[in-house]
Amino acid sequence: MSIALGSKAPSFELPGADGTDHATSEYDDAKLLALVQYCNHCPYVLAWEGRLMALARDYADLGVRVVAINSNDVARYPEDSFERMKERAAELGFPFDYLFDASQSLARALGAERTPEVFLFDTERRLRYHGAIDDSRDEDRANRSYLREAIDALLAGEEPPVTETESVGCTVKWKS
Amino acid sequence: MIELFYWEGCPSHPEAKALLEQVLAELGRDDQIVMTEVRSDEEAERLRFPGSPTIRVDGRDIDAMGANGRPSLTCRIYYLPDGRVSPVPSREQMEAALR
Repeated sequence: MSIALGSKAPSFELPGADGTDHATSEYDDAKLLALVQYCNHCPYVLAWEGRLMALARDYADLGVRVVAINSNDVARYPEDSFERMKERAAELGFPFDYLFDASQSLARALGAERTPEVFLFDTERRLRYHGAIDDSRDEDRANRSYLREAIDALLAGEEPPVTETESVGCTVKWKS
Repeated sequence: MIELFYWEGCPSHPEAKALLEQVLAELGRDDQIVMTEVRSDEEAERLRFPGSPTIRVDGRDIDAMGANGRPSLTCRIYYLPDGRVSPVPSREQMEAALR
């Protein structure tokens, strides 16, 4: 069960694919913070990847930070190992931090269930949008860009037009 | 025989089944699709299941490139003709396997 709208963002300090640790305080200056449950191996993540990268670039100068988090059990899903995260981030030049949540504590704190799954927090770090990036993993069929709409609204001081949608994707791979 | 192996943890199999039914109808075939749920790592190993969905026609995987992937309860990666990643096989892959 994911956290409710209005909930505070959980704090974290996690290693990043860029080789440095990243703590919640690092993002204090961001107007908005989008935490995205993520991984390497899921075709849904890969299908949305280009759109998420474009979004991160488009809003970087507007004070929006995107942070991807991989919490999957790497013993059963070695494609999601930290080393593979580093390779993937370097290969594609991710315009967002890509953090490794090996203990799965951040995924549990968020109540994340799928990859990809977005948790968008406002300036006060209250959850304002939760769910999918947009309404189709097939870019050609996507009509509603939920995350962009929520970001635009919050930056304009308005309510997001849609606050919750179903996240369609792979399950978070919990340790047994 | 047309078999569709799936894992409930991945949401792609209904879309794959619907597309497969559509392609079969367009080709004028009335084959039944044998659905097999894969429930455990052991079953994935035994069935050589590289991810959900996996479709075999007369025992042959419709995506030869991904057929030998590590058996696992996971969503399977497919590549569309334009190179994009998809969680379901392309119509073209299905048509080629069924012709």
